[in-house]
Amino acid sequence: MNPATGRAQVAFDRSRVGLGAVLRAIAALGYRPHVLGAADTLAITTRERRVALKRLVVAGFGMMQVMMIAVGLYIGASQGMDPTIREYLRITCLIVTGPVLVYAGRPFFAGALASWRSRQLGMDVPVVIGLSLAFIASSWNTLLHRGEVYFDSVTMFVFLLLLGRYVEMSARHRAGSTADALLRLVPATALRIRDGVRERVPVIALMAGDRIIVPVGECFPADGRVTSGSTDVDESLLTGESLPIPKAPGSLTVAGSLNTGAPVEIALSAVGQSTVLAGIVRLLERAQSERPRIARLADRAASGFVACVLLGALLVALLWLWVDPSRAFEATLSVLVVTCPCALSLATPTVVTAATAALARQGLLVTRADALEALARADHVVFDKTGTLTLGQPQIEKAVPYVGTVDEALNIGRALEQGSEHPLALAFAGFTTATATAVAVHPGAGVEGIIGTERLRIGHTSFVEAIAGPRPKDLPTASIDLGGEHGWRATFQIGDSLRPEAARVVRQLEALGLTPHIASGDHPLAVTTVAARLGIKDWHARLTPSAKLALLQRLIVRGHQVLVVGDGINDAPILGAAAVSVALGSGSALAQSSADLIALRGELATLPLAIATARRASRVIRQNLIWASAYNLIALPIAALGWVPPWLAAVGMSTSSLLVVLNALRLTRREPSSAPTPALPVACPA
Amino acid sequence: MTIIFLLIPLGLVLVGAALWAFFWAVGDGQFDDLESPGWSVVADDTPALETPIDGEQTG
Repeated sequence: MNPATGRAQVAFDRSRVGLGAVLRAIAALGYRPHVLGAADTLAITTRERRVALKRLVVAGFGMMQVMMIAVGLYIGASQGMDPTIREYLRITCLIVTGPVLVYAGRPFFAGALASWRSRQLGMDVPVVIGLSLAFIASSWNTLLHRGEVYFDSVTMFVFLLLLGRYVEMSARHRAGSTADALLRLVPATALRIRDGVRERVPVIALMAGDRIIVPVGECFPADGRVTSGSTDVDESLLTGESLPIPKAPGSLTVAGSLNTGAPVEIALSAVGQSTVLAGIVRLLERAQSERPRIARLADRAASGFVACVLLGALLVALLWLWVDPSRAFEATLSVLVVTCPCALSLATPTVVTAATAALARQGLLVTRADALEALARADHVVFDKTGTLTLGQPQIEKAVPYVGTVDEALNIGRALEQGSEHPLALAFAGFTTATATAVAVHPGAGVEGIIGTERLRIGHTSFVEAIAGPRPKDLPTASIDLGGEHGWRATFQIGDSLRPEAARVVRQLEALGLTPHIASGDHPLAVTTVAARLGIKDWHARLTPSAKLALLQRLIVRGHQVLVVGDGINDAPILGAAAVSVALGSGSALAQSSADLIALRGELATLPLAIATARRASRVIRQNLIWASAYNLIALPIAALGWVPPWLAAVGMSTSSLLVVLNALRLTRREPSSAPTPALPVACPA
Repeated sequence: MTIIFLLIPLGLVLVGAALWAFFWAVGDGQFDDLESPGWSVVADDTPALETPIDGEQTG
């Protein structure tokens, strides 16, 4: 059992107890069992970590042995030593160093071979050249009983390099666990109905078009549409929406969400890799595999740098051969080791990995590697209104009756709007005692129907005026009107309530130096209220998508870095055009989103935090790059002058790499002020 | 000083034994999870099953 990741693993003997019995036992305890897939990422990371740990320890033990003997050799060199014992100690060093180089140093040789095949100078090339030169020369000298040996430098270099890579690998694995946790939401088996027979089949066997039954407490194995039954579905693991979402026949259900209401039958529309969940995981993996521009730049620089180092080492070797041949080898070796551009190559990717992991823990997915850099530089923020600053759920804020009472007006309004699928009709959802017959929906105008004996209309003013006569002057202007053949009935003010955290977030963003704007397609009246309440001075209402794009481009032309926050559905074009964009998570739209960051919990609160993290990340990247370049620029001439013995070169180079990685890891440290938000839960509790 | 002709090989044999033990431990999964065992103290004791199922082990 692992409380850190919230997973328990069960192994059992298939010959004594069936899989079914084990699954039942786990379900009886109140947990959802998952069968570990063959392509399980956990197994891969475990194997990778085990091998790396073995290599590290072999190098460490080897280094200790060689060091101990080397101390004896150094003392012997200064105080005199029996040649037999000296040769004996040197051969022992050779015997220990050999396995260290072959087993523990294998990743470097593999890396150098790969970069040789791809005709690119990777940072493993100077490492391998340095290691091989030192080892071959030392072995040669040992066997011929003359000269110097560098076995201590070889083992130490291998150990310190491996230590740096081990730390980097741990950071990578920690970030990868987020995607892994999401994938685990999909159960392993499903109840399929075929020709009226129910059978439990593995999820891999499901195909689009299959009908399955999802019992209460089970997770949906694939995307589909409800065909019979209605239920409530908890999509919180996926989107952060904490309230269960009602699903009736025809509603879409998403893989990984939890059925909390009643058993439903669904017809599958997408399975396996084509589900929304798989799409989100792919976005996450894309962000982690893609290297940001600055990292690619550093890589190219490192590649050029390696060429310079190799040329420089050759030059140093030739110069020293001319000046003092006895010191040529040692100086060349030091140059090769001390200038290994590992730190330069590690500077950016480690920071991006660490920052991405830190943000993912706060429910913010980074889907593009460049996003962090752009987010750190953003100075203007453009909000969409509906669904972003507001909750996106229309409500009746005020009902003003012209005849009768508020309840009567609402009763009629609800009856008429029942057949409509217009977003504003959602505000009228609720219980009604009236029944409307001959209901006709007039798109863009309203709904008409007959209640009792009267023909009634609800919708735009002109649509109602056509049947009820001119609008009464004493009725306040509002969004939806209601009237009939016998005259005007009522008017309704429809509003959308602000997100509770919106005002705080806008203030925090302003404190971070960002200028807020609102770009909405909504009625100016609704937009002013929101803008006034949030204290946003620059707002634009009634914007078509292309007008929003024009507004955005005006800001970009003026040289601003614009962050766009939207709900990811109707504002895809401006999300794509912005320097960096954030989509607030909401169900199926997430996967298709063109946003650079996705707020999985669907709230704004993470935004200031994201910007702060991004700024810290870019500061750390700058520190790392400056440190790595400065180190190399200073160390190279000193080593070329022959002032750095090979062992000191190994220490210096590895320390610079380790410093870079540890500096990046500072980002994953939890902020004491931030609320302890749990990572994505892994098991679906029954 | 002739004793080092015995002691150094002995040391190497001990290092070899230590490495073998470490490889065994890694292969056994002892380093896969360094956090959970620390929590086992606060976990409830496993209640005795009335009818123990043979061969089932939780880890």
